[in-house]
Amino acid sequence: MSEAPTVTQENANAEQPQGPRSFLVSSAPHLASGTSTRCIMFQVVLGLVPLWLAALYFYRLDALILPLVTVAACLIAEAVANAMRGRDQRSLTDGSAIVTGLILAFSLPPDLNPYMAFIGGVVSIALAKAIFGGLGQNLFNPAMVGRAFLMICFPAAMGIWTEPVTLARIGDTAVDGVTMATPLGAAMDPSVLIPSLWDLFCGRVGGSLGETSALAVLIGGLFLVFRRVADWRPVLGMLATAFVYAAIAHRINPEFEGPMFHLFAGSMMFGAFFIATDYVGAPITPVGRILFGIGVGGLVMTIRLFGAYPEGVMFAILIMNALTPLIERWTVPTPFGGHVAAAG
Amino acid sequence: MAEENGSNFRQFRDGVIGNNPVLVQLLGMCPTLAVTNTLENALVMGAAVTFVLVMSNLVTSLLRHQIKPHVRILVFTLTIATFVTIADLVLKANMYEVSKKLGPFVPLIIVNCIIICRAEVVAIKNGLARSLADAFGMGLGFTTALSILGAIREILGSGSLTLPGGATSLKLVQLPAAFEPHAWIIMVLPPGAFLTLGVVIGIVNQLRYRKVKGGAA
Repeated sequence: MSEAPTVTQENANAEQPQGPRSFLVSSAPHLASGTSTRCIMFQVVLGLVPLWLAALYFYRLDALILPLVTVAACLIAEAVANAMRGRDQRSLTDGSAIVTGLILAFSLPPDLNPYMAFIGGVVSIALAKAIFGGLGQNLFNPAMVGRAFLMICFPAAMGIWTEPVTLARIGDTAVDGVTMATPLGAAMDPSVLIPSLWDLFCGRVGGSLGETSALAVLIGGLFLVFRRVADWRPVLGMLATAFVYAAIAHRINPEFEGPMFHLFAGSMMFGAFFIATDYVGAPITPVGRILFGIGVGGLVMTIRLFGAYPEGVMFAILIMNALTPLIERWTVPTPFGGHVAAAG
Repeated sequence: MAEENGSNFRQFRDGVIGNNPVLVQLLGMCPTLAVTNTLENALVMGAAVTFVLVMSNLVTSLLRHQIKPHVRILVFTLTIATFVTIADLVLKANMYEVSKKLGPFVPLIIVNCIIICRAEVVAIKNGLARSLADAFGMGLGFTTALSILGAIREILGSGSLTLPGGATSLKLVQLPAAFEPHAWIIMVLPPGAFLTLGVVIGIVNQLRYRKVKGGAA
């Protein structure tokens, strides 16, 4: 694509700038906000720092290796994809690959073999992003595609959950690692004890690297929401739906865990603040984002309560990603002073 | 596709490389996706399709002056069905295990569009030599494509490479049991077929366009 691509031939007549950088400008007024992709991605990384700190505290070395491996994999895949398509390497520095890598790492089991995490990172960028045309073109959340690939590829390795190091003691001696059921796994198996809500909130339970501590996710996530980097609509839609769903289910059948358990367990918080607020896969219309959140929340709870998998955030996000174009069609906003816009 | 003056060898090579039925024409996707989970299945499937292709092109080419245009599709289908039945019975008699694994996909060769396409495009209009060259080329192209997919999927998914060997299959490669937890299970499952096919087609396209570009410059 180093030469002027043939795709822009029609645009050339309309005196659009040539080459891959040409873009359409919307109608006035234009107000430059100064935010760039890099600025947003940097803030997302900042928002992920509390999660990383919590992960380092709970999982020590694993929490250092996995994110580095996935981020490296994502950057390498991005660079190779750019080279194959004859593009410049500018997209390496916009931070989107780093965010994808971090989110992927935080959604993996801490004890996962690093080379598997590497494959996940490559799949995230190569199969979920670069193939669709790079940042902004992908249909599905790249990190979740990478995780789904690993989940189907290495189901055994993706199902081993180690206890946080702070808990890994047998008697009085600390051991390297102990596998344990995750709280959601425990909820499906009556023979395993459910951890207390406080442990769940702090993250002293088994689970994916960065998702166990609802507290850390809240700190990082609320930072993003208050910086307006993350939209509050999908977050609220998802958490409120899950809360109501779990409350009703618990009321009807007390064998199901209560709503607070479901909010703090698994990757519900992490998914709401960091994955459902993804700029690319989620709808762009305000009402659409609320609908997206509601859909994700409802699907997560359906999968958790009635599905074969203990956790459903990944599948819920991917399913709602697929529905995003439809949601956007339904929720085209009326322009100020305009008539109701025709769908499509 | 069938230029008047092209040599028979060109017709043959075209089927394998330039006009590969699976990787370029994207025909016959059903067996491509369904039976490429091991190299053995892929090879046997490829051999069965090649046999049917060759025989149907042979018969069609010999009968081409007798076939009335309005019943030609019917004649093609009956010819193909005959040879598919033969292939299916031979497989069942000699390679029962593989035949069981291939399941309905051997009878389904009847509706494989590669075969009817070659009868319609080449055999009905051309002499015996050219029709046979085309059938062998297309058959080899199909088998090659399936084997590439089968080999990739088997080595990643099961850690082995098997060759068909009559009643028992021969293990060409067998990774040690330590490989077991590292097997890419997705590769044995249908999504693995789609992903591998997509990646292989992508690589083939990349090579083809590079060649086209290089030729133009």
